[in-house]
Order: sequence, then C-alpha cells, then structure tokens
Amino acid sequence: MSLDLQTVVDSLNTNLPDSVLDVKTFRGETTLIIDKKRVREVCYHLKDDFGFKFIADITAVDYLGVKTPRFEVVYHVHRFGPDFDDNVRIRLKTELPEEEPRIDSVVPVWSGANWLEREVYDMFGIEFLGHPDLRRILMPEDYEPHPLRKDFDVRDREASKRSFKRALEEGSE
Amino acid sequence: MALNTNSILGGDGFVTTKLSSFVNWARKNSLWPMPFGTACCAIEMMGTLASRFDLSRFGAEAIRFSPRQADLMIVSGTITYKMASVCRRIYDQMPEPKWVIAMGSCTCGGGPFDSYAVVQGIDEFLPVDVYVGGCPPRPEALIDAVMKIQKKIEMQGAPLV
Repeated sequence: MSLDLQTVVDSLNTNLPDSVLDVKTFRGETTLIIDKKRVREVCYHLKDDFGFKFIADITAVDYLGVKTPRFEVVYHVHRFGPDFDDNVRIRLKTELPEEEPRIDSVVPVWSGANWLEREVYDMFGIEFLGHPDLRRILMPEDYEPHPLRKDFDVRDREASKRSFKRALEEGSE
Repeated sequence: MALNTNSILGGDGFVTTKLSSFVNWARKNSLWPMPFGTACCAIEMMGTLASRFDLSRFGAEAIRFSPRQADLMIVSGTITYKMASVCRRIYDQMPEPKWVIAMGSCTCGGGPFDSYAVVQGIDEFLPVDVYVGGCPPRPEALIDAVMKIQKKIEMQGAPLV
C-alpha cells in the first residue's frame, strides 16, 4: 500500500492545526512550509505516525537580498516501505529571520540529525536549540565566519590563516 | 666516484671517493617516503608504488607511516588550512635531512579551489624541493620528481652526522 502524501498533510492539519503554512508540489516532489516554532512536533508526528524514520539531509539557504525572512532551513525526510513504491520522501522548509537565526533541534527525533545540524551551524550560523553538541564540524573550532552566508567572500582566507597559526602555536607548546 | 685502475694502488677492485659523495649515494638510493595523501593524487601515488610503475626500482618503496622513519614527504592532494597544521607538524617530526615533493596542482598552487578553506600552494608553510604539476600527474611524473630529488641529493655537500 503506497502512502498518499495528501493523507500526511490532512493528518498534520487535523492533529497539529496551523503548523503547516503551505504545501507546494513540483515535479512530483512535495514541500511543506512549516511554522518554525513547531518543527519538532511536526517531525515527531511524521516519524511516529507515518514511519518517516530516516532524516536524509538538513541544509539551509541564505536568501540575503532576495527575500525576507533571510534564512530557510530545509529537511528531507524519508520513509522506507516494504515495497519499492512505499519509499516516500517529503521536504520540510522553515523560514528564519536574520535577527534570530534559531530553531529547535530535531536530534531528539532522529539522532542522525546531529552532524547535519552541526554542518548547518558551521556554514550558516544557525543555532539549533536543544542540540546535544553544537560545535563546528568542518571548519576549525576557533574559526569565526560562517562561510556559506552570502555576505561572506568565499575567497577570504584570512580567518583560515588565523586558525592555522593558532593551531601551529598550540602544537609547539 | 671513480674506479681505480692505478696498478701502484693495487689495480682493479677498489673505488676512491669523497665521504660526502658516498653518503649522498647511499641516501639517494634509499629514500623512505612519508605519504601525505589527501585526495585523488594519492591514488596515482599508490599506482606509482605498485607493480606496473614500481617505484622500488628507484629505491624509494619503503613507505613509512611514521614521520620519524621517513626522509621524503610526498604531499599529494588538496591541503586545507585545517589540514595544513597537521601536515606541518608531521614534517617537523621527520628527522633531518628531509625533502618534500608537492604532487599535483592543488599542492602546487591550490588547484581549482580558490576558496576560503584551501591553501594556495603548500610552499606557504613547507619548504618544497620539487613541484609536480597535473591533475593528477601521471606516475611517470612522480617518478621524475623522485629522480630530481635524487639528483639534488647527489649534488649536495652532505653533513656527516
């Protein structure tokens, strides 16, 4: 029995009213725009009641100069079915303003979200509230900028050089 | 070095040389490489070591994963600033005398990665002896680099201790 995503949307609207702000479908892919304050309950509902057990990816987009609110955090969640047709993927998007780039962590829902959220924190400076270990994952821990923000010059190596120098000094002590 | 054929000194059978030349000769034919492979160039480096190209023909097959037992560092692959401090520390742990090969475009000048994270050439933090261009270079090019190192060793006035 394949899962109709409309059932998922209907269930969210009934059980968690006003959590889904918009539903978009493009080339067979369904995207739900979620209220940022309710992302964790929506995720719990998807996991516990519909079997979306796998968090495939968490990423973010910086829409600086394009639209407000500035940031979007994007979640791709997957449901494995016994049959091939039961494999369903759904995309959740939440919008975050520039002044307050903070959102509830979904690590309590899927522990696989841990490193994904750390990467988003590292690259975009978005804070995940309730994350068990929110440290940078790719850049050095003492690195200051968030390099995938649009107001950062991707060729600016000064911060990297400072971290490199500090790492050398620590090593020679 | 020259084969002595002077009959007063005993004819054939022994060789006269300077001690420094003798030490250089021994060193250049027994390079112990420390592989610092971080990307696709490392695959080509492994190919150089394997049977088809066989770096042991040049006496440089004793790959050491401990810097304390190596005298030739082959840096092959993109080096980020986060990795650069590790690379430098490993280089510092190698005993003198030591040599460095920068293998591939990334180590020579950053390659295609003109980005916030990538070192634009490892000579920013390491003294490089031979640069090998290519993305990645063919094994023949790496062998050529090893031979250039050998030439360099042969030419130098080696310290005795």
